[in-house]
Amino acid sequence: MTNVDALLQQDIPLVRRMLVSAICTELGRFGFTRGVLGLSGGLDSSLTAFLAAEALGPENVRAVLMPYRTSAPESTADAMEVIRILGLNHVTVDITDMVDPLFAQFPNMGQRRRGNVMARARMIILYDQSEEWGGLVIGTSNKTELLLGYGTMFGDMASAVNPLGDLYKTQVRQLARAVGVPDRIIAKPPSADLWPGQTDEGEMGLTYAEVDKVLYLLVDERRTPAEVVGMGFSEGFVRQVWRMVQRNQYKRGPPVIAKVSSRTIDWEFRMPRDWGT
Amino acid sequence: MDKKFTVGLAQIFPRLGDVQANLERHLQLVREAQGLGVDLLIFPELSLTGYTLRELVPHVAIRPSDAHPIWKPLVEASASLALVVGFVEEDPRHRFFVSSAFLDGGRVVHIHRKVYLPTYGLFEEGRYLSPGDGFRAFDTRFGRCGMAICEDAWHISTPYLLWMDGADYLIFCSASPAYGVGMDQEGATANAATVTQFTKTYATLLTSYAFHVNRVGVEEGISFWGGSLAVSPRGHMLGQAPYFEEALMAVEVDPGLLRAARQRLPLLRDEKPLLTLHELSRILSEEHRHDER
Repeated sequence: MTNVDALLQQDIPLVRRMLVSAICTELGRFGFTRGVLGLSGGLDSSLTAFLAAEALGPENVRAVLMPYRTSAPESTADAMEVIRILGLNHVTVDITDMVDPLFAQFPNMGQRRRGNVMARARMIILYDQSEEWGGLVIGTSNKTELLLGYGTMFGDMASAVNPLGDLYKTQVRQLARAVGVPDRIIAKPPSADLWPGQTDEGEMGLTYAEVDKVLYLLVDERRTPAEVVGMGFSEGFVRQVWRMVQRNQYKRGPPVIAKVSSRTIDWEFRMPRDWGT
Repeated sequence: MDKKFTVGLAQIFPRLGDVQANLERHLQLVREAQGLGVDLLIFPELSLTGYTLRELVPHVAIRPSDAHPIWKPLVEASASLALVVGFVEEDPRHRFFVSSAFLDGGRVVHIHRKVYLPTYGLFEEGRYLSPGDGFRAFDTRFGRCGMAICEDAWHISTPYLLWMDGADYLIFCSASPAYGVGMDQEGATANAATVTQFTKTYATLLTSYAFHVNRVGVEEGISFWGGSLAVSPRGHMLGQAPYFEEALMAVEVDPGLLRAARQRLPLLRDEKPLLTLHELSRILSEEHRHDER
């Protein structure tokens, strides 16, 4: 079997350097020296906080804690530990009073729907803090989540700059170790903490260790699903992963525009985002 | 010229789509380079415009003329030292090219139009730009030079043609994005390792000087790795600028090394370009070409 673990290894100081400089440059292009991020106390947001603090200086990073009444108290404790280590500016905005009235109107609202509402409530707070703090929203989505569609559109997927978007969860963990994210945070099971006991791996029915290898082979190495099965992964699993990637393609782009004119945005009108900066 | 001279490699971070700001940066570097005694100052690919232009191409294009407000000061600056600058060139029929101009003595010595426009992966040059149609070496007061732009240099025929056309100094200008963060080369991406390797290999096998000037900075989330380098005709690294940071690196060039290298390794003397031509003609004219079999 191909040693995919070795392929997922990265030159950590190089990745760190590229991500730090990308955060700094891409915010700076639009005249910003400050950033805002939602800090849950999980691995992705903690690592993003470390990178943002390195890029912008901790005094220029506002960490926003947005617990719900059922959120695990350990999450808040872990987030506070990151804030303490880095010396970040921080604010806590409890979302319970925002979302509970809506939940009360729809008593049959299931967990997924409630989770999406919570993710979008947090987006509203982050963008409001962005204006108040005068800094852009730094996203925390990783490549595994983006490919599998394990995120809420216009919720946790919303940001101005997304430094971890090209790192698989396995690679996020490698980098987190190198920059000094506390071991406790690295070791705990990844969770969106949208309801008690929720874990990413439990909800998706897969493990990051396995899915990252399959995604790496399919996406980065451009291997066919059949080739990946030939490398020793179960056919059902490879098919499931590829189907998730396919079904969630829509989440990774802007909304479809019905074309009418001869110069439509994103078809014939293709300007760089960093135009004139 | 048999006497030694100094080449400056201007590893800059151009501002995307802001030609005026980039012109000022060029002129500032010209002054800095003069302070270092630089005789020839090389800027990277599209140094006046930035790289990820997409449909900004027509907005930043220049038709080189003495009257052009961006072009004129650059040509004038070349009265004091030779310059290689990168820009989008518009021809009289409104085609747009990725070009690099060699300016010296207050005039244009040569313009190279990028031949190979990468249009795959993250590259989309073929969509917005026209390809150049040749590689020509040209005489300068330093000796005979040949220029190639980024993807041009990935095609091994490019340095070979320039060499056969008499170039002893190969000038590669790039806007090379960093991608493929594995464990191939410490501190650099996989493609950076490849470019560094082939620049050294070309210099060694062509017993010529090779200069690779790459940009830095981040555009559209893409990092450019810098790492500009100068290699002697024996393949020795004369200097390498840092990865990812702006730098102005000056290296001393001794034309006498060409003579020494070609005695040690007489590859130019023994090269058989007619054989190459003959074989290529045969290969291209054969009814059943290899790739169609």
